[in-house]
Amino acid sequence: MGGLLDLDLVAARDALRAGETTSTELTRAYLDRIEATRNLNAYITVTADRALAMAKVCDEKLAKGEGGPLEGLPIAVKDLFCTEGVLTTAASHILDGFKPPYESTVTSNLWGAGAVMLGKTNLDEFAMGSSNETSYYGPAVNPWRAADDAETKLVPGGSSGGSASAVAGRAALAATGTDTGGSIRQPAGFTGIVGMRPTYGRCSRWGIVAFASSLDQAGPMTRTVADAALMLSGMAGHDPKDSTSAPLPVPDFSAGLEDGVKGLRIGVPKEYRIDGMPAEIEKLWAQGVEWLKDAGAEIVDISLPHTPYALPTYYIIAPAEASSNLARYDGVRYGLRVDGDSLAEMYANTRGAGFGAEVQRRILIGTYVLSAGYYDAYYRKAQRVRSLIRRDFDQAFETVDAILAPTAPSDAFAIGAEVDDPVKMYLNDVFTVPLNLAGLPGISVPAGLSARGLPLGLQVMGAMFEEAKLLRVARALEKAAAFAARPAMLEGI
Amino acid sequence: MSLDKATVASIATLARLRVPDDRLEPMVGDLNAILGFVEQLNQVNTDGVEPLANVTGHALPQREDAVTDGGYPERVTLNAPDPAGDFYAVPKVVE
Repeated sequence: MGGLLDLDLVAARDALRAGETTSTELTRAYLDRIEATRNLNAYITVTADRALAMAKVCDEKLAKGEGGPLEGLPIAVKDLFCTEGVLTTAASHILDGFKPPYESTVTSNLWGAGAVMLGKTNLDEFAMGSSNETSYYGPAVNPWRAADDAETKLVPGGSSGGSASAVAGRAALAATGTDTGGSIRQPAGFTGIVGMRPTYGRCSRWGIVAFASSLDQAGPMTRTVADAALMLSGMAGHDPKDSTSAPLPVPDFSAGLEDGVKGLRIGVPKEYRIDGMPAEIEKLWAQGVEWLKDAGAEIVDISLPHTPYALPTYYIIAPAEASSNLARYDGVRYGLRVDGDSLAEMYANTRGAGFGAEVQRRILIGTYVLSAGYYDAYYRKAQRVRSLIRRDFDQAFETVDAILAPTAPSDAFAIGAEVDDPVKMYLNDVFTVPLNLAGLPGISVPAGLSARGLPLGLQVMGAMFEEAKLLRVARALEKAAAFAARPAMLEGI
Repeated sequence: MSLDKATVASIATLARLRVPDDRLEPMVGDLNAILGFVEQLNQVNTDGVEPLANVTGHALPQREDAVTDGGYPERVTLNAPDPAGDFYAVPKVVE
């Protein structure tokens, strides 16, 4: 069984096509593994029957030499994507029992490409969090443990924490995530996997539970860069149902992956050298620069002067959009209803009981910054700073092909360690948030281990719609880093 | 600028969110910490800078104003906590 679970997405695809295994066999191996790793709390819902039924259809196609680019490959879906007839919770109490009568465009594309759905993964409630601890279904657990403390459970990062745990713990071949402020890249960094946020508009947002609509973007969470390229091809594409979906053809992201970085210019932004950054992260970043230099890239020092203002900008814009998006949860059309004596009371009771503390904080901040008298001082101001952040990147990409930075300012922390201080928790996203505000693509690649033996990621950022080049740089980094460490829990499987 | 308990209570009313009294005090602290954090933006000169909302630069598409979907009320109301036939039902609004 270990052999099957050790195949990555590309290798599993090749094995299926060569007839060395079947989708049913592969899917069963993952369903068994999901049962064996229940303690990770990576899944909210496991769709075993559906998975086996899908695998059966895939095997029939594969036997005839037919099928799509992901035919027969079992993957997990962040429980923020609506899946027809399957419980979709956004990890919130307020969506109790919600079974969408429709399928999100991204998952629909994946099933169309032949992928098999294992289940729906855990996340921070409405994707608001950096540790998966705001989930109504309890925290997902990182498969990794610190070398000097095997007892303490660590967070997998967030918000796509369940997806990260599942992929790192071999309980899914790959998984979808969404990234509004770092929710794919930071958990990928914390769990030693690859996580990619494409350009805003590359993947349709239709059918994804909305958090902050101008920032949300779906992307792949995988074991390798080649897997990310393969999976992104199955997710992306123009969708008339999302008015912000980019009307652009989807290139073959896997082509040119091995072309290397010779002649490419890689920017190193000085503003990412923040106070209090652990020396080991600074060192890994310098190592990453050396790796790309050795591979033939030209290194360019650059400045993104408005970087320090990205987090405060984000914590106005994201809650503002969230307060508007979450207005739809009112106890009338779906999910939880808590009765009251009047309609207004029913709304307030439902929302008070249905939303967790972090979601409530963001709704209140968002309501405040959008309210009459404060709109210009907060929301408009933040949108203007957002322009400046975007301008910084535009200027940088006039001279560089990609930018290299750390993914997160620390390795994975203990469950419970940072829950009492919302602002401290927000600092987890200091290196990932600027990209979301600018709408650009980025990817986290596992690059080394911290002194505590936990994975650390490096982040590559790319220009608008230049995912192919971004993946090429990420592949060069992956090759040089040759990250082969595995969490102890994978021993013996 | 700092929010007091009464202001937070009125924001909660605007947001249709029941925050019980014992939860209000910690919420005031959290919200003021967040507002204190975002206050840094006042250091940035944004004179003459246009606000950014559309990052891709693609114009929003337009289509003919025509019905393209619908005709299945039973699917639309499928998840309603308290449906009445093909309708959503709510507590009485008019006496």
